[in-house]
Amino acid sequence: MKIAVLLKQVPDLAEELEVDDSGKALDTEYIKFRLNEYDEHALEEAVCLKEAGEASEVTAIALDGEEVDKALFTAMAKGADKALKLTGTGAEGSRNAAAFFSEALDSEYDLIMTGVQSVDDREGMMGPMLSAMLKIPCVSVVTRVDGGSSGVTVKKEYFGGLMAAFDVQTPAVLGIQAARQTPRYAPVSKVRQIQQSASIEEKSLIGSTDSARSEVTSMAPPVKTGGAKMLGSVDELVELLKEKGVA
Amino acid sequence: MGNILVVTEHMKGEFQDISLEMLGRARQLANGGSCSAIVFGGMKDRASELGAADRVLCVEGNDDFNPEAYASAALEVIQAESPDLVLVGSTSMGMDIAPVLGVSMDLPVISYCSGIENSGDGYEFTSQLYGGKMDVKSSASKAVAMVLAGSFSADEGKSGGSANVEDVSVGASSSRVQFKELIEPEAADVDITQSDILVAVGRGIGSKDDIEVAQELAETLNADLACSRPVVDAGWLPKSCQVGKSGLKVNPKVYIALGISGAPEHLEGMKDVSTIIAVNTDKNAPIFDVAHYGMTDDLFDICEEIGDSL
Repeated sequence: MKIAVLLKQVPDLAEELEVDDSGKALDTEYIKFRLNEYDEHALEEAVCLKEAGEASEVTAIALDGEEVDKALFTAMAKGADKALKLTGTGAEGSRNAAAFFSEALDSEYDLIMTGVQSVDDREGMMGPMLSAMLKIPCVSVVTRVDGGSSGVTVKKEYFGGLMAAFDVQTPAVLGIQAARQTPRYAPVSKVRQIQQSASIEEKSLIGSTDSARSEVTSMAPPVKTGGAKMLGSVDELVELLKEKGVA
Repeated sequence: MGNILVVTEHMKGEFQDISLEMLGRARQLANGGSCSAIVFGGMKDRASELGAADRVLCVEGNDDFNPEAYASAALEVIQAESPDLVLVGSTSMGMDIAPVLGVSMDLPVISYCSGIENSGDGYEFTSQLYGGKMDVKSSASKAVAMVLAGSFSADEGKSGGSANVEDVSVGASSSRVQFKELIEPEAADVDITQSDILVAVGRGIGSKDDIEVAQELAETLNADLACSRPVVDAGWLPKSCQVGKSGLKVNPKVYIALGISGAPEHLEGMKDVSTIIAVNTDKNAPIFDVAHYGMTDDLFDICEEIGDSL
């Protein structure tokens, strides 16, 4: 079984986010990017499948963008066998990205794994859109993947810890919520070593941007709805806890 | 105004609240247009609970959710009905359906909607992006919108007249996805939905060892320990402690959020608590919008000082 893991860089939410002059998009000049946390889990689960002998090859694939080379080398340091960077125009937004991936991915892969969602996929989740374009099945919010006879068995999470198990014929797309274990860490030294010994394949294409679109009219931090009364000291907090009968 | 169609969700024979919330909003927005709901399998017998619908379109089939079969059935009904607006939950089940509808119908998909208004000849949507740190408004004349749970009143969805209940037949979907079984959560030592006081920790806690600091505070306050999703994914606390969308909805008297930023997925599980106290070093964290009291000091200092003064 060959697995493609689709990775995406997203703004780091630990940083302050600002709107640009258009009033419709993030000002990306000073913000830091990091790998979408759900994609990290997708990669981890894929590498676990390989380690369990259920997958033969894991390829990390990303669209060109901020610090993408670093993300792809890190993915290889964590256990991906290959890395592929897609360059070209017309891949902005989750809908176009899905169309871009559907052009770029041939039928070589049995399983396409990606994060269930990302903090900026305003136009829909990429995984299920890609599956509809490729006309293959998709299961989202997956927390466990195991090999099966003609495909994979997955656990999908609903709410309150309730889950369902499904048998899924491959090829298929899986939107990963969480891997079976905490995503591994790749030490900087190992990433550097990979950078020197391995290389990232590149593929260039022109995406299709003619799918149905909505038009963004504004972006702004949420209007504060009264909000919290800020406390100045722990003494105040302790008083409050006493008042509420907690302490 | 326009024709609006709601894709309902159910589990174990009950409609999920999100279905009623979407239906209530659809009723208000339809304003002269029609408001229909798709229900699946045996939920036909509960169609009368969907008071706000003009029509309840019943798809025969299995009661157990199946990503492929449900998306394909919904698609067929929507192709036949061609509504202006389709509402689907921004939920585990909705994520398997809405993006597929959007691509297959060539309609825009709008994620994380917390607001929908009529606007000109279409709709204006408010999406909560970047973990709730930005509200993005967008407009479209036709769309598939994914609605965040808790954005609208469920009561509105129940009220109204009696809907026309109609059977719709759909073709057999391919069977590349097979439902096997439901898996119940493991029994927990503590049921946090019953707790009076919760001390909840989030990503800001930093490491597993630091959980002890929160645990000590919880013990001092006679509270139970809860957390947001990243803490469970990191393996620091069990799933039974998780508050939010894929976790539990809680309603203690007091909820103390330590190092929780307040992403929409977490707020879904706790925003109605009557007293929320949030500690987060990021003064812009969305948690402060739902919290009643807040502090931006370091949470470890605070935990320690509370411990010292009690």
